[in-house]
This record gives sequence, structure tokens and C-alpha cells, in this order.
Amino acid sequence: MDEKKTAWERLQLIHTKGRPTIKDYIPQIFTDWYEMHGDRLFGDDRAIIGGIARLDGTPVTIIAEVKGRDLNENKACNFAMPHPEGYRKALRIARQAEKFHRPVICFIDTPGAFCGVAAEERGQGEAIARNIAEFMTLRTPIISIVLGEGGSGGALALGVCDELAMLENAEYSVLSPRGFASILWKDASREQEASEIMKITAEDMVSLGVAEAIIEEPLGGAHNDLDKISENIKEYLSQKIPEKCKKDIDVLLKERYTKFRKIGAFIE
Amino acid sequence: MFEDFFNVVKKRFNDGEEEYKPPMFKCPRCQDTSPLSKYEELHRVCPKCNYHGRLASAERIAITVDKDSFRELNGGMKGADPLEFPDYKEKQAELRGTTGLNDAVITGTATIKGSPAVIGVMDSRFMMGSMGSVVGEKITRAFEYATENGLPVIMFTASGGARMQEGIVSLMQMAKTSGAVKLHSEAGGLYISVMTDPTTGGVTASFASLGDIIIAEPKVLIGFAGRRVIEGTIKQRLPEDFQLAEFMYEKGFVDMIVERRKLRSILSHLLKLHGYEQKEA
Ligand SMILES: [Zn+2]
Repeated sequence: MDEKKTAWERLQLIHTKGRPTIKDYIPQIFTDWYEMHGDRLFGDDRAIIGGIARLDGTPVTIIAEVKGRDLNENKACNFAMPHPEGYRKALRIARQAEKFHRPVICFIDTPGAFCGVAAEERGQGEAIARNIAEFMTLRTPIISIVLGEGGSGGALALGVCDELAMLENAEYSVLSPRGFASILWKDASREQEASEIMKITAEDMVSLGVAEAIIEEPLGGAHNDLDKISENIKEYLSQKIPEKCKKDIDVLLKERYTKFRKIGAFIE
Repeated sequence: MFEDFFNVVKKRFNDGEEEYKPPMFKCPRCQDTSPLSKYEELHRVCPKCNYHGRLASAERIAITVDKDSFRELNGGMKGADPLEFPDYKEKQAELRGTTGLNDAVITGTATIKGSPAVIGVMDSRFMMGSMGSVVGEKITRAFEYATENGLPVIMFTASGGARMQEGIVSLMQMAKTSGAVKLHSEAGGLYISVMTDPTTGGVTASFASLGDIIIAEPKVLIGFAGRRVIEGTIKQRLPEDFQLAEFMYEKGFVDMIVERRKLRSILSHLLKLHGYEQKEA
């Protein structure tokens, strides 16, 4: 593991060109990948992909937010900012997993849900709310991993799970530090300062009870060694998926609810 | 003290100079002005365009539930400071003083024309009704209480979204509240969400959008992303009616738009239609 970095340094790292995306990871970690398309209601959002594959031979469902590796790829996947139909596709594929008793693995990597006219017209708020509520009682194990950016409700829509892991340099936040600075201080240029007080790092997530695990990145960051980082992610999943699958589903659901139920700070 | 003195002097100075002008209300929707007394008489509805303005939570409870039937739940709960965020504690203390509220939601049990229900009312005067730990916890407990006691839930939402000062902890309240709504729903409970001005951000993307029945007051703001954020993305001005209740109704995300003066009666009918009748004494 690297020497301790600041939140700001980690943010620079996850925006480094060449940082692996889900498209790099799937062939490294899984076999027999079949992608499924569309929400059966409106269309097929390219910012979220979903489908079936094998992990160590066992069928699993994969749902992932997609970042591009260059401008063309990014245009195609809308810079990993999903529309409502993306979240609805995710829910459809999660329901399919429930039916066929496959565990679900969600990969989170998004600046946030897309903010636009069409997204509002098609119910961006409702789509996210529905996923959060439905994933809470989905009767199959769910593991989520934040690969890079965990941007707000757009991340949480794939983040209701039995266990959340963060890649070592990944962040998870209520809003980008830039947006945060501009809302709270009316000065977007104070984003670095915001990033340091917002508590957005993997370690922060573990100490706040939001994440359970940190997956170590190669020296200098994930982009320096795709084989190594893929191996680390696979090792984590190969241990966690059988562990969660062995549990009684009603116990698992109770624990899933409790995981979120206990987050909060107040005085009585 | 000094200010009082100044006001007295100002008043004397103005006496006789101008005729008495009643205080006016300027509508944020139609921009027209009406006498404040008229606006207040209508429980904060614009007489010109029917925009339904923001109510204090106590006023909302008073016009909705049967007299003396409201019993508050978890009224003493106050916010902490999970991120040790600069000035957050002070800001909360100041607002507790000026608003008389402990945080941005009041929850409790009450009856509406005899039908029992769990009620939650958000109050935009406390940090724009933003959802931090207290809002999340009280709403979650309200749903859990309703599930345990076989009661319906009516939530009046009013929120600017997440409580920024609580960061990721604020985001997690979306999961907590939505989970409690889901369990209440699985137990067969009725949940009516009443969207009031404004219902946005993380509240729209969680419990507000999960009602079995979703009601909105006329012309109120309902949306996920902020108007300015979207305008920044698309680089053009949005039409005036974008994200108003009527827009969301047309797009299929609101079941009915109900005027404030009819709301109590309609809620009572809906409760009775779902079998929540007055309990025999
Ligand atoms: Zn008006």
C-alpha cells in the first residue's frame, strides 16, 4: 500500500488517464460474460451495463457504471452519468438475478446521476429512489465496489448492498468537492479545501460505517498494474461471494437493513 | 435596545408623512403582489395564481389533523456533527433559537377526521429542510412505528436535498429512510407522500417518490437536479413551468394535484378507502 495520501491527491489519481474501467476489469476477473440491454420501458442507457458472467465458475450478475477510456468512449457512455433508464435497467437485471439465485456484484464509478431535462422528465428522482428501496429487500446477496468516483445518489442507486468495498484511492461523496464548495461557499475554486473536510476517502468510509473493506491498489495507483489490481478485486470477491451465499437470506436481509439503519449522528 | 430606539425615531419621522400601507406578499411564482393578510387567510396560497407557499410545520399540522390529536414522536432529537464540520454546531444552535425547531422534520401520530395515521412534516425554515441524520432517523422511526402498529404514513415533504455539512452520512439517510418505507410497504401499510414546496434532491430521490399515492400541491417545485445545475449543463434557460407539480403530473410522477383547502378532506377519504377507520371507543 502507498504512503498516506490526501483526499485531494487521491482525487487526482482516480482522474488519471489510463485508470482502469469496468471494461478492463471484466475480462480479467470474470469468464463467460454476456451483456444484457435495455430497461424494457424506454431504451438502453450506455452509462450502466449489466449482464451475466462466471466468477470462479459460479454464475453471477454484474451491474456497472461505465467510464470511457477516451473521449469517444466517454461520449458513448455519457461520462458515466446515467439517465433513469440506466437505473431501471439495473433494477431489471437485479430482479433477474434474484429469480435465478445469482449473487449481484455492482461496480460504482460515476460523477453522479445525469442532470438534464430528459432525465427530469423521465423521473431521475423516482428511478434512484426505486432502486434504493428495491435493492434493500432483493433476496440475493449484493456486493458493491467503488472503483473510482462514488458520486452521490447516482452511486447509491447501485450502492445498497450487503458489503461495500472501496478501491484504495476511490472516493464516495454526497456531491463533488467542486459542487460542494460552490454551494456552501459560493466559490468553486475552493474545491481542494472542500475535498479535505468532506471525508470522502476509503478510510473515511470505513470509519463512518459506510464501507466494510478497502481493496489495495498497486504502488502509484490502479493504472500502474492492471493485472495486480484485478487480482486484488478478484481475491476479495472470491472470498466474499461464497461467504454471503452461505448465509440464510432472511438473516442477510436483516443485516443489510441494519448496516444502513445505524448510520447517523444525533443527540437524544 | 439601540435598535428599538432607532425604530421609534424612524416611526415618528414617518408619521403623517405617508398613508398606512398594509404589508404585502410578493408571489415567487407569478411575481404579483397581494395583501399579506389575504395570503395568510388562505393559509399561504397566492390569491392571484394559486401558488401554494411554504407553511411552518406547526401550521401544517394544525390545518391537517383533528384538534388536539397530534402526539409528537422523538421531538427532543437534535443534530450532532458527524464530520466535525466548521461552524455546523453553531449554525444548528442558532436555527434552533430562531425557528423553535430542533431540526427540519416533525413526526408524530394523529387522527384525521377520526382515522389514525403517522404524520411527518418537513420544515424548510431549518436549513432548507435538508436531510441530515436527524431527519433521516426521525422519518425512519416514523415508518418503523407505523409498521409495528399497523398505521398508515402521511409525509409532507419540503427539502432542498442533502445536508451538505453531514457529507456522506447525509447521503446514507436516503438508504435508511427508503429501506424503512419498503418494509412498511411489505407489511401492507399505506403511504401517502404529499409533495410541498420545494421537494428536490435526495428527498425526491428517496422516500418522497416512494408513496403508494403521491399528491402535490399546485405549482410547487418538484425535481431531482437543481434548475441552475441543468441550465449550466444545457447552456440555455429552462421554461418557467419546468419541474413544477403540473409538469411532474403530466410526466406521470404525481397521482393528483390537490389544493390546500381540500387536502384534509381528501386525505381522510383516502385513509378510509384503505380501511383506516375511526377506532371504536
Ligand atoms: Zn402567484
